[in-house]
Amino acid sequence: MSALRSRRHREWGLAYLLLAPALLIFAVFTFYPFLRNFKLALYQNPPYPGLPSHYVGLHQVGSVLASTSFHQSLVSTLLYVVMVVPVGLIGGLLLAVAAHKAIRGMAWFRLVFSSTVVTSVAVAAVVFGTLMDPVVGLLPWLGVNPHPAILENPTWALPAVSLIAVWQFLGLSFVIMTAGLQSLPDEVLEAARLDGAGGWTMFWRVTVPLLSPTLFFGLVVGTIYAFQSFGQIDILIGPQNSQFTHTDVLLYSVYQALSIQDNPGVAAVLSIVLFAILLVFTLAQLRFLERRVTYAGD
Amino acid sequence: MPATDTAVRPPAPAPPAARPPRRRHRRLRLVLRYTLLSIGAVVVLFPLYMAVVNSLLAPSQIAHQPPPFFPLHPQWGSYRKAWTEGDLAVYLRNSAIQTTIIVAGQLVTSVLAAYAFAFLEFPFKRTLFVVFLMTLMIPFEVTIATNLSTVSSLGWFNTFPGLTVPFLATGFGTFLLRQAFLQIPRDLREAAQLDGYGHFRFLWSVAVPLARPALAALGVFSFLSAWNQYLWPLLVTGNDNSVRTVQIGLKQLINTQLDQINVSLAGTVIAVVPLLILLVVFQKQLVRSLTSGAVK
Repeated sequence: MSALRSRRHREWGLAYLLLAPALLIFAVFTFYPFLRNFKLALYQNPPYPGLPSHYVGLHQVGSVLASTSFHQSLVSTLLYVVMVVPVGLIGGLLLAVAAHKAIRGMAWFRLVFSSTVVTSVAVAAVVFGTLMDPVVGLLPWLGVNPHPAILENPTWALPAVSLIAVWQFLGLSFVIMTAGLQSLPDEVLEAARLDGAGGWTMFWRVTVPLLSPTLFFGLVVGTIYAFQSFGQIDILIGPQNSQFTHTDVLLYSVYQALSIQDNPGVAAVLSIVLFAILLVFTLAQLRFLERRVTYAGD
Repeated sequence: MPATDTAVRPPAPAPPAARPPRRRHRRLRLVLRYTLLSIGAVVVLFPLYMAVVNSLLAPSQIAHQPPPFFPLHPQWGSYRKAWTEGDLAVYLRNSAIQTTIIVAGQLVTSVLAAYAFAFLEFPFKRTLFVVFLMTLMIPFEVTIATNLSTVSSLGWFNTFPGLTVPFLATGFGTFLLRQAFLQIPRDLREAAQLDGYGHFRFLWSVAVPLARPALAALGVFSFLSAWNQYLWPLLVTGNDNSVRTVQIGLKQLINTQLDQINVSLAGTVIAVVPLLILLVVFQKQLVRSLTSGAVK
């Protein structure tokens, strides 16, 4: 009996030992910094560097949330997400539907369509930055040349950086939609086809409804992706121009508060806002993973 | 799916059975499909194609109107320049080191933790699993304010530990591998136990080999996300190019070589090639990891 118990205790010890490395990293670099945001938010930066920051309670939270720059940042972020996610999802869906047939050369098309999954934001930014350049880009040739140049233009800068994100998201969107299409039950599609449903009817009345879980998953993943992107803004627009071109999305404001204004308190307030918005979507994402938990057993 | 019963309608009146027009119809649809696919491929590939074209042109030609869409006299010098003067060789080496550390670290910590969750019984198992899942709700972006001061107080600015240690564990990876381990029949563990296998031997010579597809998926996914990281390397490799990764190197390259766009683009092409190779070789694993949760 006691041998059994000591053996069980040894199993407990082993389990905690195996979990320890990951738990240590999570404690130091995920949970502690996340929780510390709530403390940082209550402390204001000293007026002169070198002095300690002082406790101001909710004053700083209130002033950040009431500031026009925060409102502008929030509006820009939402516009950006609204421009990126639907277009990326629909584009990915169209490509996936076109590629959902075993015909010659399809493997090659699939590879091409999923290729933007691996292109980094820096690569995308440099490539598109060249194409949008007022001198060497394609715009003068196309006869489109707004003043000021697109990436310095308060009207066009945000759509331009969204376009880059759409292109980058297209690969992921295609991959997700293709997986969804491949998981559809062939019998249902076949039955609908035998019933005489034509291509268009088929698409809207059979494929799209059946695909709705996939579309929802894509929406969640895409929204999280869009809220977390800012690299092309940093590379192509930069801190000096981001405010007047209305491209200072939330994450870019966090980055600027932190590394340019050296103001962790403001960065913490903005981080909490970003977290709160994303929570809805990360919870939805967790539910997708959870579905797999329930049937896999415990 | 509630929508299916509305979709399956009573049979439509039979179409007129004229055979030749129908076959022509089918061929037309095939042509239409290929046309659509080709347009899609052109749209997707066009930006990268233009990057390759422009990287091979002399700067004076790039500004030429109408823009050249094909390099008639390719000039490969830009690649040599990006590699040496643009320090791309250094950046690529740094990215390779950073990525290798993160991939190896994530695989090890995830395998260990997933094994505990899948094969061992211990108090607070459920709670700890929820703790792992909770990490998925906290995006890294919302932790940077404090992580930056943590890394700086450890003296880790401009070092590989600073670049990599915060990413050495992953809730997603643990989850993925736990799922794979749970597929392994319990009897196998019992049989191995009777054969005198301890936990570590079972883990190494039975569980890990059986979970190889999931390990590959996680490895490719970690590689992709580590290699393409932008925010964190930007913050911790500020003004020192000794550990700067290739993504931040690209930003540097376009800031310093404005008059040499061909060199920046050559650098960009060099930076994307390793990942295109990754995609070609590991497409299946990558798709698997990117869609986990999308379909049952």
